[in-house]
Amino acid sequence: MNPNSHISYLEATARRRIAGLLDPGTFHEFIPPTLKRVSPHLGLFDAPVAFDDGAIIGDGKLDGKDVYVFAQEGKFRGGSLGEVHSAKITGLLRRAAQRKPAAVIGLFDSGGVRLEEANAGEIGATEIIRGIFDAQKAGVPVIGLLGGGTGCFGGAGITSCCCDALIASEEGRLSVSGPEVIETVMGVEAFDSRDRALVWRTTGGKNRFLFGTVAELVDDHIPAFRSAVIGAMTAQKPLRVADLKQDLERLKKRIEAYGECSDATQIWQKMGLDAENVAAMSSQELKAEKEHIVKI
Amino acid sequence: MSDKHAIRNRKLAKVRQAFGEGKVIATERTVELLETVIEPGNRIILEGDNQKQGDFLAAQLARMNPTKVYGLKLCVSSVGLPEHLDLFENGLATELDFAYAAPQAARLASMVMKGTVKIGDVHTYVELYSRYFAELRPDVVCLVANETDKEGNLYTGPNTEETPPLAESAAFGGAIVIVQANKIVDRVRRVDIPGAWVDFVVESPKPFHLEPLFTRDPALITELRILMAMIAMKGIYAKYHPKVLNHGIGFNTAAIELLLPTYGAELGLKGKACTHWALNPHPTMIPAIESGFVEAISCFGGEVGMENYVASRPDVFALGRDGSLRSNRFFAQMVGHHADMFIGATLQIDSQAHSSTFTAERLVGYGGAPNLGSENRSRRHRSEAFLKAGAEAHDGEPMPQGRKLVVQIVETFQSAGKPTFVERLDAWDAMDKAGFSTPPVMIYGNDVSHIVTEEGVANLLLCRTPEEREQAVRGVAGFTPVGLKRDRRMVEKLRDRGAIQRAEDLGIRKSDASRDRLAARSVHDLVRWSDGRYQPPSRFRNW
Amino acid sequence: MENLSFEFEGGAKPLPVGAPYVVVGIVASSNLEVLAERKDLGGKCRFEIATAAANFSDAWKAVLIDFMDRSKPRDVLFSINDFSAIPPVVSLRLDQALEQLSCS
Repeated sequence: MNPNSHISYLEATARRRIAGLLDPGTFHEFIPPTLKRVSPHLGLFDAPVAFDDGAIIGDGKLDGKDVYVFAQEGKFRGGSLGEVHSAKITGLLRRAAQRKPAAVIGLFDSGGVRLEEANAGEIGATEIIRGIFDAQKAGVPVIGLLGGGTGCFGGAGITSCCCDALIASEEGRLSVSGPEVIETVMGVEAFDSRDRALVWRTTGGKNRFLFGTVAELVDDHIPAFRSAVIGAMTAQKPLRVADLKQDLERLKKRIEAYGECSDATQIWQKMGLDAENVAAMSSQELKAEKEHIVKI
Repeated sequence: MSDKHAIRNRKLAKVRQAFGEGKVIATERTVELLETVIEPGNRIILEGDNQKQGDFLAAQLARMNPTKVYGLKLCVSSVGLPEHLDLFENGLATELDFAYAAPQAARLASMVMKGTVKIGDVHTYVELYSRYFAELRPDVVCLVANETDKEGNLYTGPNTEETPPLAESAAFGGAIVIVQANKIVDRVRRVDIPGAWVDFVVESPKPFHLEPLFTRDPALITELRILMAMIAMKGIYAKYHPKVLNHGIGFNTAAIELLLPTYGAELGLKGKACTHWALNPHPTMIPAIESGFVEAISCFGGEVGMENYVASRPDVFALGRDGSLRSNRFFAQMVGHHADMFIGATLQIDSQAHSSTFTAERLVGYGGAPNLGSENRSRRHRSEAFLKAGAEAHDGEPMPQGRKLVVQIVETFQSAGKPTFVERLDAWDAMDKAGFSTPPVMIYGNDVSHIVTEEGVANLLLCRTPEEREQAVRGVAGFTPVGLKRDRRMVEKLRDRGAIQRAEDLGIRKSDASRDRLAARSVHDLVRWSDGRYQPPSRFRNW
Repeated sequence: MENLSFEFEGGAKPLPVGAPYVVVGIVASSNLEVLAERKDLGGKCRFEIATAAANFSDAWKAVLIDFMDRSKPRDVLFSINDFSAIPPVVSLRLDQALEQLSCS
């Protein structure tokens, strides 16, 4: 049985992901690496820079429709939000609010704010969030993809949840606090960050999908992400106060239902799933199972 | 001349007096037992394998009273635990004989320099086990088992490793055998060591420590390693067709394992090469096994997470009637010794092709490599690979002979600024600092038949003179200072003759070396190949 | 970080028609990024390198000379951010960059 027929999203570089996602040959990069807009801060730390500061932005076509896209390179400084990195994404979102493409697609792969750039990175994250809201207010859906090896943590985690829809593979991770941080603060008995099965049970694509944070669970296969994005392009998360209040109620109910659970497997059991088997299920199997579960 | 059996009986009588009859000793009285049977100056063999470690007994040994027990000579094949060296720090032991010490290499080096540890010598595994029957006969042997019954029948299962020769050297050499077992049961699932060989058993408070040493994550295999693997497969595997072989553990050989079902099949290797292995159950072998490349694997030990997969393939692995693996380091080492080929990596190679992993700061030991990676003049049975390499090596000589393939596969640099190829091995410094009489060399230059780097493959068997051999080494040493010092004209001549082959000479383009060629690119892929039979330890998961 | 600059006479043949620039590699530990751009350099090739591993100017020169000898490119500016890659990885990335630059 040869499982190696997939075109791995996880393994691909950010550029390769964009190339595989969009209609062939349609990607045009804004602020390309030839302009060498590098980080103005990393030199202080005697650290190497990247010509695109780990963020690639541009436009192209997806299924014939005009889209904007940004992709974080998770392998450059953990895909972290630096000043230039964030400014590029923010600029793309602001242009989207003006020019109104069919959607903005964000390929998240980031550990959060770049520590070396401190406040510039924090501000960058907030500007991206405002950028997402402005695009949405202009009627442009923002679709987020989670499937890279760095995951989507910290400021990036928060930012990604502002998207209209999230599409993830089981290898993708989404959280605010990273595993090591949780362990440091809560102790290793509460959360052993080296127990990678635990980390993925808690923050991985499958659990986020079962919780409804992620709308679509796909295989680690670039064409699968592409299909899912095409299907999600009309998604629009309501941004009215009433909808947000309703969502808060939902979250309260969720804590009531699952707050006593100390592991994802307990939650899955309560949802009505064969909890021991979830990790081994394929995304199709899990999607089928999700139809029957208790939805909160 | 001391009568070892008389001494043994005297000790056993002392134990009976303090503990009563029976082989089972209460866990909390272990130190007391040890102090009763161990006398000053005794030689102690402590089972400390690569993977399975006698951690409980090591800890109890280190707690003995140094006024009662001192001057001990310790033999451990793998100095893997801090407690092994605590024995010296605590004034209990003075002399050490071992084979491998990588986990404690730095502390060992510093203790040797301070004089706290006197090294008897450093060995290969089978060499050490052999000496347990000669100059290193033990007085007390401490073993590790999964299960024991009250009569001392032991089940050592997939991680049997070195227990048999240690037990035999003790049982028939007048020594006392003490065993730490995970569990005392009414009936063991299989008898790996008979109770008649065992004197005392103790139930350890925790299961013995097992290290997953032989798992390599396919996600970490780089294009450069894939290029080197392809060069090795086309330039050596496809040329000589080695049927019986050993892969020294590492990412370079893991790449070859994962390329067998793809590139290996393209080269027509299936059924013609790589059929019989002396190897641990590497997870990276799963695709090749499932693809029908492999007829049998003789295991040195087990591997964490592979138990169910191994048990599902009785056609390939040595399973007992209970269904679980039996490994045996001694026998697997001999399978590898008499094999067609060894291929593995190292840390440093000099211009004469001598290699070593020792430095003045790290006394790592040899493990099994010199036994597997050396010319085998004792071999008589013939094979295609043995005869073909022999024809090259002994070309022009009146008496035809075979030759084992001993291949070093290395990147030219370990890291930026740290070349693999050096003019002078750090082993010379290790010799000076540790007081060895010769430098600790892993594989000697004249044992090596081929060297594979990103720059190509050097066939030392086709070199006629020492100068040619040196230029062949320099000719694949890339951009290292050793490589840059090459005689370009001589290297070109060697290339014309085929003694050096570059990737292009083998018809391999660098862009061919892509991760897409790996049969499995992640640990998750390996799990899928095995239909879930492979259950990797948590540290390897990303799902 | 050390900044190095090298210039060599290019080969006789111009590059086939293709992309104006390519980027290969990532600035991750033991890796590097190579930005290869078509540029009128009067037939030369230039290499602008920022490397995290200082004092290896000789090794870089050897790698670049070998690359130029083998591939003989012309009118290309190579800009490199290196995070302590070993010389064979540098060599591989240069080959990959040129190969992709020459594809249409």
